[in-house]
Amino acid sequence: MSLNLLYFASLREALGVERENLPLPAEATIAGVRALLVARGGEWQRLASPRIRAALNQALAGEDAALKAGDELAFFPPVTGG
Amino acid sequence: MSISVQLADFDCGAEIAALGAAGVGAVASFVGVVRGGSGAERVLAMSLEHYPGMTERALADIVAAAQQRWTLNGVRVIHRVGRLLAGEQIVFVGVAAAHRGEAFAACEFIMDFLKTRAPFWKKEETAQGAHWVDARESDDLAAQRWQ
Repeated sequence: MSLNLLYFASLREALGVERENLPLPAEATIAGVRALLVARGGEWQRLASPRIRAALNQALAGEDAALKAGDELAFFPPVTGG
Repeated sequence: MSISVQLADFDCGAEIAALGAAGVGAVASFVGVVRGGSGAERVLAMSLEHYPGMTERALADIVAAAQQRWTLNGVRVIHRVGRLLAGEQIVFVGVAAAHRGEAFAACEFIMDFLKTRAPFWKKEETAQGAHWVDARESDDLAAQRWQ
């Protein structure tokens, strides 16, 4: 019963992690996961910035979005395509 | 509507011809090219990363929003990923409609939202090394004016 976390671009490079499984935290929201990751310290504190966006199951999502086991949650910097 | 995210280059002439084949009145298109720049900042190449799955969804949502807003006969979006050299084509947006007004507007609308909503990230290579491109506020403002 866990979440699939994904990291992209400059965030992925800084963390040195592309993906990981995380047990569903007690506070099962995007904000809850973000706080848990920031508490790892070091480069993980990048996730404290509101510039780092979150997508839940491949759609942009707000910080209050509720999470359930098996969800795909991605964190990434502002997009720069086109 | 047709959306492609691909490594391969594309043929603008063929894409435009296909959009116009239905006998519509107007086809507007935009082509993005890797900017070379000059001096120490000269960009030698660019690597495009994306979020497979979400990218296609985000582009489909943007095109659907354009189709809600204007009556369009056809839309084609192609975005390349991987490593591209200065001068290479990155993105193609083509729109077919009855008249130029909606074709121009929808093409610009799709590009403005592609730049701010679709999960692509550029990393530039210069003689000084590689760096991730920062998002520009002017792109956010360009998308906001449609709301």
